[in-house]
Order: sequence, then C-alpha cells, then structure tokens
Amino acid sequence: MKYDKGFIDELKNVPVFSLTMREKREIYVRLMNELVSHHYSKCAEYKRVLDILEYDFSVKHDLANIPFIPARLFKLHRLSSIVDSDIVKTIVSSGTSGQSRSTIVLDRKNSLNQIRVLARIISSITGKKRIPMLVIDSPAVLKDRDMFSARGAGILGFSMLATKVEYALNTDMELDINKVKKFSEKYQNEPILVFGFTYMIWEYFHKALSESTKSINLENAIMIHGGGWKKLIDQSVDNSTFKSEIKKISGIRSIYNYYGMVEQSGSIFIECDRGYLHTSIYSDVIMRRNDFTICDNNETGIIQVISLLPTSYPGHSILTEDSGVIIGEDDCSCGKNGKYFLVTGRIKSAEVRGCSDTFKR
Amino acid sequence: MIHLKDSNLKIDQKITYLVGDGSVSNKAIAPYSDIVCEFLADISISLKKKNDISNYPDLIAFSFWCRKANLSILKKKFYQTSHIRMGRGIIFHVSPSNVPVNFAFSLCFGLLAGNSNIVRVSSKYMSQVEIICEVINALLNQPRYLALKDHISIVQYEYSDRVTSLLSSLCDARIIWGGDKTIQDIRQFPIAPRCIDIAFSDRYSISVLDSHTIEKITPQEISKLAADFYNDAYTMDQNACSSPHIVFWHGNPSLKGKERFWNAVYEVAAIKYELTEIKAVDKYSKLLDESIRDSNIIKVVNMENLLIYVEIKELNKNLHQYRGINGLFYSFELKEINDLADIVNNKYQTLTYYGVDKKILENFIIENNVSGIDRIVPVGRALDMDIIWDGYDIISYLSRIVDIK
Repeated sequence: MKYDKGFIDELKNVPVFSLTMREKREIYVRLMNELVSHHYSKCAEYKRVLDILEYDFSVKHDLANIPFIPARLFKLHRLSSIVDSDIVKTIVSSGTSGQSRSTIVLDRKNSLNQIRVLARIISSITGKKRIPMLVIDSPAVLKDRDMFSARGAGILGFSMLATKVEYALNTDMELDINKVKKFSEKYQNEPILVFGFTYMIWEYFHKALSESTKSINLENAIMIHGGGWKKLIDQSVDNSTFKSEIKKISGIRSIYNYYGMVEQSGSIFIECDRGYLHTSIYSDVIMRRNDFTICDNNETGIIQVISLLPTSYPGHSILTEDSGVIIGEDDCSCGKNGKYFLVTGRIKSAEVRGCSDTFKR
Repeated sequence: MIHLKDSNLKIDQKITYLVGDGSVSNKAIAPYSDIVCEFLADISISLKKKNDISNYPDLIAFSFWCRKANLSILKKKFYQTSHIRMGRGIIFHVSPSNVPVNFAFSLCFGLLAGNSNIVRVSSKYMSQVEIICEVINALLNQPRYLALKDHISIVQYEYSDRVTSLLSSLCDARIIWGGDKTIQDIRQFPIAPRCIDIAFSDRYSISVLDSHTIEKITPQEISKLAADFYNDAYTMDQNACSSPHIVFWHGNPSLKGKERFWNAVYEVAAIKYELTEIKAVDKYSKLLDESIRDSNIIKVVNMENLLIYVEIKELNKNLHQYRGINGLFYSFELKEINDLADIVNNKYQTLTYYGVDKKILENFIIENNVSGIDRIVPVGRALDMDIIWDGYDIISYLSRIVDIK
C-alpha cells in the first residue's frame, strides 16, 4: 500500500506550515480518498457506515465530501483497521468513571508516525534541537503501560522530543517546588519545554505557586499545553487570563495552547503568536452547521478534524463535539499558511425532554 | 390529618412547599365533587388569562383539558356506572422532571378521583410549574376553596430516601411517572398493605399509515397530517413514550405516497424544529451506531438532518429497541396488519393511524390476542393526556367502590 510508506515521506521535506490552500487541496484529495478506501477495506464497521451513507467510490471526492465519523463512535465501538496481532498500543481517552471512553488501537507504523509528526510540529516552536522538558503532571499517569490514558499518551509522545524529562508533581499531585527550582537552575542557560494539560497546570501548578511563599523563575521556558478548557471556563479562566496568570507566577512568556484529541494524536493544532490555532500540512479542519453544510469563515459551527495520520483505525475524518470558528486561511499575520481558527467550546448538551427520566434529579 | 411539619417525622427541613403548608388531609371525597370540578375549571380560566400563556403550548393544552365543559362530560360518563365511589385517601405523585405540565395532570386525576394529594415535582426550575402553582395558590386563598387547602401539597425535595420512604408509607395510592428506572428507585420504599401503585413504565409507540391514501389526499390534508405527525414526534424530541418511532405502511404500497409524507413532515420540521448542534450530532451518532450494530437497517434517507428515515428489512421481536431521537424514524411496509401481531409486546403503548379504518385496528387487537398497545388514536393526538392513560382508567384506579346492596 503506497500511502503506508508514502504519505509521511511525501511531506517530510515540506515545512509543516507551508502548503497553500491549492497545494494542500491537491494532496488531500488524493490521500484522503486513498485513506477512505484503505479503511473501507480493513475495518468492517467503517465499511458498514460508508455503505449505509451510500458513499460513492466511482468518483474522487473533494475534502468537503469525505465522510466524517462522530467521535462518539469510538466510545461505542472498537474501530480497528489492523489485525490484533499488530497492535502495539491501545490508547483510552480520559473520562470520569461511568462515562464511556474512546479506544484507539495503534500499530507500530501509526504510532511512529504520530511521534514524527508531533516532533515536526513542536520543533516549529522549540527549534530542531531536543530540549529538556518539565512535565506538569505526576509520573503515576504512566503506570499502566498496556492501556495508556490519553494523558499518559500525550506525556509519552512529548517525552520523545526531550533530552531529559522531569515531573513537577509527586504521586499525590502536589507540586514539588524545590524540584522545579533545581530543574530550572540546572538549565538556566538553555530553553526548556514545560508541558502539561491545561487544567492540570491551572489546578496543580498555578494554584500551588500562587499559594506558596516560594517563587520560581522559568523565564527561558516555553510552555505547551492542551486538553480542553471545559473546567477552566467553569472558573471563568480564558486563554488570555491563563497566559497572564502563568506568566505572573512563573515568568513564562512563551505559552502555546494546542487543540488535539486522542483520535488524532500527533497532528495537533497549535496556537500561533497571534493566538490562533493552526492546521499543519498533516491536518485540516472544517466547521459545519447543524445540517452539516459547511460554515463560512467567522461563522461558528461543529468542528470536523481531518488528519493524514490514522492508518490503524479510521480516525482520519472525525466530527467532534466541540464548536469553533475559522478565521481565515493562508493569511494569518503570524506568517504560517493553513487555516487558522478558534475553539469556542463544547456543543451544548441537550435538555432531555420526554416521559422517562431518573428520579434523582 | 397528617402534619408533614411534625418534628417527630424529622423530614420537614428538606421539603420546599410550592403549594400547601405541610397539612395533609386524609379525608376522601366523592369523585368529581362540585368543589373540585369548579376549582379545576377556575385553574383553566386563570391560566387562560395569563399574559404569556401563548408561549406555552403545553399549558394551553392543559388549560383546555381542565375547562368546565370537558369536566362535565367526564363526570357524566363516570356516573353512568351504578357504583358509588369514594377517593382512596392520600395520593403520593412522583412526577417527571422533563415534562413540565405532567404533574398538573397527575394532580387533577388525584383530585377528580376524590383524593388528597402530595405531588413531588423536580427541583429543577420550570416556568410552567411556577405558573400553575401561582394560579393554584391564588385560588386556594379564596374562602370557597378552603376545604381543598389540605388536599393539595406540591413539594420539592432533593433526592432523599427518608422523605420518599415516609411519603410512600403514609399514602393510599402512589403514582410513579418517569419510566422504568424511576419505578425501580421508588419501589424500594414499601407502601401500606391497602395502598396501590400506578407505575408508568418505559413504553414504545408506532404509527400505521396508508401510503395509498396519502398519495391521493389534498394539499391541505397532507399539510395537516404532517403538522400533526410533527407534533406527536418532534415536540418532545421523540422522547415521550407515546411519540412514534416506526412508521408502518399499510394498504396498497405507494412509493409516491410515502415520499409525499416524509417531504411534508420535513417541511414542517424545517420551519418549526429547533435542531441544535448537539441534537444533530446525537442523531447522526445514533444512526451510525445502530447501522453498525444491526444489519436490519437497509437504507437511510437524510433530509438535511431535520428528518432522517431508515428503511428496515424485516420485522422482528426487537423492533421496540429501535428508538428514534430528534426526528429519526424507522420505516417498514406491512403486507398486512396482522403481521404486527408477532412483534407487538407489552412495551407497545400508542398506535397512531392515518388512512386506516379504526375497525381494522380494533379487530387486529382482539383477534390476535396481542399483549401490547393500550391506545389507538389518530395521528396528532399521541401526546393528548387524559384520564384513560397507558391502559389505566386512572380515576377508577384512584377511587374505591362502595358496594351497596
């Protein structure tokens, strides 16, 4: 299968934020149609979905017409395009107990491609050289090596890009300020990467530091964080508050949010200097109205995410449960090509109407 | 008389009284007493006078139902039987949190049957509940309704075993709305030996339509039919137990008639239905999930996410598990009505029909000894709440016969 080796190779010398709309379209129509055929032939559930949607294989589809799978389907079914003996990793989305979780199966190639692409995207910010990394999390997240949580998988993915990894929290999720201090002093003359999940950083790093009498200085650090704003929005903390607060307590000035999901690990959308999330050459994004037609720029809709990476599971085109808005394409003042957009939140859960409901409300 | 505020009961601090002060009479009265009928008719009048009533179709429907003329008809029918009846005493109503006006119907049934009532409504704010309670409180302050004051308590309390247990132990009948899960929760609490339960479980509903007739009807008739079907299905996002999930096509099959029907319903939905992003995603996810699980789904027609219908290949005993949501329907062409006999079980509640002779449906029920379907009503009346509901004659259930010879 030529795209198996080919698609990453094809783009490997292409700068990650370089392709223009037209160039990208040419590549995506070809590769996406191939990916659809690939998963159709390898994943019975995916085949069934396309059959029921009466997908037409006799024509090459534009990106807009590539079918999208609701993210929820990964919670309800184990969608795999590989034989079980090829599975090297299973990633399970984080979710509070009682909620069903997404399951993503990876073979060696898909897993490697995720790391390669993540490295390329991150190095656009941190530079080509690997640098020391401070993880704002507890090493306990990585306990179970067979069933990675999304958090664990994220940390592990970023760890591959670092020369040295230090965890800022102990197993009780307490910030070890002395350890952080030591780490920053040791690497005071070189850039370091501070990585973590937005909520973890806020809850266990920011709060601990603002309550502590000790202070730290991470002026030369670059912070990259992702994982969603839901819990922070509940506390009325938005991106700019987050940035200014983190800077105040730690000195970190370069702070980049990213948008990504366990179904498309690797090809994350990272924030630019102007505060917008960007597609890379490995990913695309489309906003859809509630009838699934495509939104205009500056019109909020349901976010569909597209990635060239998923080969071991049909996650190449996914309808998320987030809403967002595309600002433009190829003309962001930061200089990067690709679409630039904002995530505006979760699509609101519906008020359940009807006779049947639980008494405990 | 029972006083819920009696400190020995140790529950009062948890209860909020929307109507009543904790005094609950256990004196039964005769069904359809003059005072109750006048009281309910006054509720109807007061509701109609409310300025913003037009924003609440459910309040309008409720107010229309409890108008004087309707109560007179119901009363007359009730007294055509020769038995003397009395209320049972105290009724404890557990009403659902997502059908705002349901508690008011339940209360009316309890009052009409001659009972004293404790109605638990959800702690979630619902403006319809507020409006109705306001009207009731205003009327109860009039001297002429003094005798009803201790017959109506409308209460809210956060989920509490102690309160539910106490109310269950002191009532003479318990009405449990809210489906299987709620019934299971409430049934943990014992009731007195003479007490009865009326439990409204999860039910399933269908439509039987004649496509050949639909092909021939006038544009006005098809618009009316589509609007009626829309009301049955979309008003509650298909979550009401009487909302249809499957359309069974009866009679000479007509593809034109079928398509005409779906197009007409789509047109109504396009104007009226508020399809939010989450509803669209829920519907799409459900469609794909079910397609993966079930090979019985053979064709999907998606009309801009507003209406999706799914053709199924064959009848089977699990059809009641096909639950539509937000305008997702299943569609099947019957060879003859009796084919339904094999699949209808006691989960089936309402059958709405159009273009089919009522007599055929009646015969179908009787001749096939079917164990389900408690209501057969024309399309458009699926959600009409009444004293006969879910197979129960509720007023009879909530009253006792005094046999005098």
